[in-house]
Amino acid sequence: MSTQDTAASTTSGGLRGAFSDYVDRIRGGNLGSLPAVLGLVVLVVLFTVLEGQTFFSAFNFANLMSQAAMIIVLAMGLVFVLLLGEIDLSAGFAAGTSAAILGVTLTQNGWPLILSLIACLGTGLAIGLFIGLLVARLGIPSFVVTLAMFLALQGLMLLIIGEGGTIGIEDEFVIAVQNRNLTPIAGWILFLVVLVGYALFSGLRLRRRIAENLTHEAVSVWIFKVATLAVLGGIGTFLLNQERSRRPDITSIQGVPYIIPLILILLIGLTFVLARTGFGRHIYAVGGNAEAARRAGISVSRIKIACFMICSTLAAVAGILFASRDNSISPTTGGSTTLLFAVGAAVIGGTSLFGGRGKISDAVLGGLVVGVIANGLPLITSQAGIQFIVTGLVLLVAASVDALSRKKSTT
Amino acid sequence: MPQESKANPLLSLRGIRKSFGAVEVLRGVDLNVYSGKVTALVGDNGAGKSTLIKGIAGIYPFDGGDYVFEGESVQISDPRAANDLGIEVVYQDLALCDNLDVVHNMFLGREEKRGLILNEDDMERRARETLDGLSVRTLKSVRQQVSSLSGGQRQTVAIARAVLWNSKLVILDEPTAALGVAQTAQVLSLVRRLADAGLAVILISHNMVDVMEVADNIAALYLGQMAAQVEASDVSHGEVVELITAGRSGELGIQPKNGEGAA
Ligand SMILES: Nc1ncnc2c1ncn2[C@@H]1O[C@H](COP(=O)(O)OP(=O)(O)OP(=O)(O)O)[C@@H](O)[C@H]1O
Ligand SMILES: [Mg+2]
Repeated sequence: MSTQDTAASTTSGGLRGAFSDYVDRIRGGNLGSLPAVLGLVVLVVLFTVLEGQTFFSAFNFANLMSQAAMIIVLAMGLVFVLLLGEIDLSAGFAAGTSAAILGVTLTQNGWPLILSLIACLGTGLAIGLFIGLLVARLGIPSFVVTLAMFLALQGLMLLIIGEGGTIGIEDEFVIAVQNRNLTPIAGWILFLVVLVGYALFSGLRLRRRIAENLTHEAVSVWIFKVATLAVLGGIGTFLLNQERSRRPDITSIQGVPYIIPLILILLIGLTFVLARTGFGRHIYAVGGNAEAARRAGISVSRIKIACFMICSTLAAVAGILFASRDNSISPTTGGSTTLLFAVGAAVIGGTSLFGGRGKISDAVLGGLVVGVIANGLPLITSQAGIQFIVTGLVLLVAASVDALSRKKSTT
Repeated sequence: MPQESKANPLLSLRGIRKSFGAVEVLRGVDLNVYSGKVTALVGDNGAGKSTLIKGIAGIYPFDGGDYVFEGESVQISDPRAANDLGIEVVYQDLALCDNLDVVHNMFLGREEKRGLILNEDDMERRARETLDGLSVRTLKSVRQQVSSLSGGQRQTVAIARAVLWNSKLVILDEPTAALGVAQTAQVLSLVRRLADAGLAVILISHNMVDVMEVADNIAALYLGQMAAQVEASDVSHGEVVELITAGRSGELGIQPKNGEGAA
């Protein structure tokens, strides 16, 4: 009888209804990815106006992607930890330490690639397990544990690499990750596969939920999303397929960098884990109300340990990207602003520092914003001081937006 | 005083004891809870009501006494074991996750899955059926985040979660303490309907008006002892208050000769 009352009525207004729902949500304090999208647009316009020739070039576009990739992958891991309301300050050096293990085993000990990769990822996994055990079982605040690890891992890296040393990477596979591209044709195929896959997958789900009278978004919203993906993906693929070599007659550089499909795989896979599995649901529950989760029979400490392990393992993946981009590993790999950028990326993307709210796509969106800043600022000013201040301010603004929206939604 | 003898109780506690360190909080408590009835558990602050409830729910074990459910003596070691028997608790703080929606909260910890994947369709359908069965008309959508709900709506979601599982016994710890007049009436009628649907209900409340309105049966705890468990129709408002504050009222309750525990 009263089915209508509890049924979804999001369909009612189509696009306009969805838009007014969205406005309501924003008024309610849930800004989602709006600040990041706005920020991205503003920054791109700003840098294009100020320094268009260099910034808005095909070469720089690809360069920006590879710069942002490491931040994005680190931020993806941090999303898991931030969702719990915890923090991992050591993720940058977990990346560095794992990369050092990769370099030592691969270059110095001549291990087969696959074993080195396993050792590298295993290092990340072990670091995460160690942090998780200390936080979840002993109850030490993650801030303190990972601050200690921040220092300890830095030391470990020094011991592994040797003071002042650098380890070169010659393995073609590792180098390819950040330096090689799909052929233009393959790029377009990738674009089509992703677009059609997304449209089909979400479209079929939408049709099923409409047919069974379950809550669902409006069809026009679905069309809007698919169209946005088509336009943005199409433009991106087109730009990346442009010739960007300075001397095309000698070497041709064009195509979608390998890093893009890698990030897409992580984005889709991890989003699936968070949004569609019981494990993912329990992560949100622990972040939202740990005591309620405990009373619902969820093992809070196991969830915490798993999240720290995921975070550090993704840091190890980021470590591989560092090694690939620099063709080497040094004691500063993963240091300096790395972690700050990654945390900033997650928060700018819309993941809350207070736990319970966040998505993997936040890391991608926020990572692009941070990437654009890191890439564009040096074109405008050569003063490192200004670059640091601007980046610090952007993180502060993002954290303020987070804190304000939390305040709004709890009152 | 003749106790209920016509039906067998769903839950029967006999001589329940519980101490925290040197403090004896429950001292041989007896309690009978019947299907289709609302049993009000009353008592002053610190009488041991929540302690008794948490023991029933498996949050911690009792030190002694018999826990008989559906005629069988059982051992409850954790909340899951109590759930498996058909016991659900609506905690005073509701224990909801604000960042999840209504469906997610109702199935928290017991999600339906197809393989690894959450079965959102079935969960949403079942959540809606349950809410509709409770004649809840105030929720806009079952996909609303709990943070956007009013106090009464949150209470409803917590209760719906408790009845989702074909439960046999629903325990509500002060469900109306934070509610306004209209919302209190709504929750009380919900409690009544649960019992009318055949469930056993334990209602903890400090509000005697609510208790007299909705309870079939009143159990009064006094300093860790069961002063008396009586039919609501057999006692007056004043007698219940006496049982709560003094442990006895006329012939009812703990008689002075052996009830020296009060001090
Ligand atoms: N975990 C604990 N450790 C030590 N003492 C406890 C613990 N839990 C409860 N107590 C004590 O047991 C007694 C009964 O507490 P309980 O919470 O059961 O009372 P209550 O009847 O629910 O009171 P209220 O109406 O205030 O909720 C109190 O004196 C309390 O201090
Ligand atoms: Mg209590």
